[in-house]
Amino acid sequence: MHLMLEFGGGLELLCESVKVHNVNVDMPKGADKLTMKDLLAWVRTNLIKERPEMFMKGESVRPGVLVLVNDCDWELSGQLDTTLEDKDVVVFISTLHGG
Amino acid sequence: MKLGGRLCCVCNQRRAALKRPKTLEQICRECFYAVFEEEIHQVILENKLFKPGERIAIGASGGKDSTVLAYVLSELNRRHNYGLDLFLLSVDEGITGYRDDSLETVKRNELQYGLPLKIVSYKDLYGWTMDEIVKMIGLKNNCTFCGVFRRQALDRGAALLKVDKVATGHNADDIAETVLLNILRGDIARLSRCTSIITGEDGPIPRCKPFKYTYEKEIVMYAYFKKLDYFSTECIYSPNAYRGFAREFIKDLERIRPRAILDIIKSGEDFRIATSTKMPEQGTCERCGYISSQKWCKACVLLEGLNRGLPKLGIGRNQGLNSDAKKDIKKDDRTKSIESKQCGSLEF
Repeated sequence: MHLMLEFGGGLELLCESVKVHNVNVDMPKGADKLTMKDLLAWVRTNLIKERPEMFMKGESVRPGVLVLVNDCDWELSGQLDTTLEDKDVVVFISTLHGG
Repeated sequence: MKLGGRLCCVCNQRRAALKRPKTLEQICRECFYAVFEEEIHQVILENKLFKPGERIAIGASGGKDSTVLAYVLSELNRRHNYGLDLFLLSVDEGITGYRDDSLETVKRNELQYGLPLKIVSYKDLYGWTMDEIVKMIGLKNNCTFCGVFRRQALDRGAALLKVDKVATGHNADDIAETVLLNILRGDIARLSRCTSIITGEDGPIPRCKPFKYTYEKEIVMYAYFKKLDYFSTECIYSPNAYRGFAREFIKDLERIRPRAILDIIKSGEDFRIATSTKMPEQGTCERCGYISSQKWCKACVLLEGLNRGLPKLGIGRNQGLNSDAKKDIKKDDRTKSIESKQCGSLEF
């Protein structure tokens, strides 16, 4: 599945300062859909090069990190249970910095 | 791409784009902009934050809160005819790789929003940059120095601009954190003041916080959807700050019960101090005249420590000021007018 991932609010520093990543993510074995939960695990393994605790806490994103799927707050689509489709755009924005 | 599926609960026409933590409403972009801006307008009116004709400096760091504040205040000033003269005021603490980049953002904001910008620096005001201070004192307590110096720097910049008030971008999350922080430290004096939306009315320049009831998440979403230009990196020295613990806790709380943030602020507002508790009295610093509850204000104490060098380091250091141990805050030949003024003796 092809996805476009964007990291903002300072999170790009964890991915070698690259803000936009065009990625190809495989479905988890035996599953017929890809959820945000799967994607997060994939991102942590494949894109986060340092300080993973700044991005994730447990299975979800660190509190203070906002997630948008196709420009919609993931709280509207079930957070970790949100299912993803080909060509979806996922944006991660950290709010944890000075104002 | 799948369709949103959920409609905005306000207009019932457009696709919902976010869930407001304040109200748990599902709302589309356009309705979000309207309600975000209108709520801030109401906060300004209900708390009488401004008067027509006033000159207002917006404390601008280039970060998300101050950028959105500058944008929204400009817009509301126009839309509702507040009659205000708005300025951007920035403080350069001298933190390489952090402040120099964020100041570039404020300079862009100056052009984007058409608001005149003034920058004041620690180097000019105190003779020390934060980088130099950290080299001297190490990585503990730097936020204390920075916070104290910044507060005075804002006042001095405001005096130079001849403004009537300073507006800062402190948001609901910040204030809830501060309430917790003060409880954790037993700082009763600060606890009694920290939820006030206007502070310093008895001092040289009052300050206000129009975003007192605005959630950080909403500020970021507003900036994201409106594509506002802001700088977003953590200060390199901040990981060691105590506030980080309060912030982590507030964020965890928000996840479980978003309303908690406003409720903590309400608790803070309604605290009453026992009459038997001794409170520090607010007077003025003997050395420079700035507001202080001790003999010397914190900035003078810190500066003296810096200029003499810490006892454990042994030796005082030349840092652009006279190294003479008897000296005051008076500078030598570089007579920029701001430097020959002691903090607090501001004429306007």
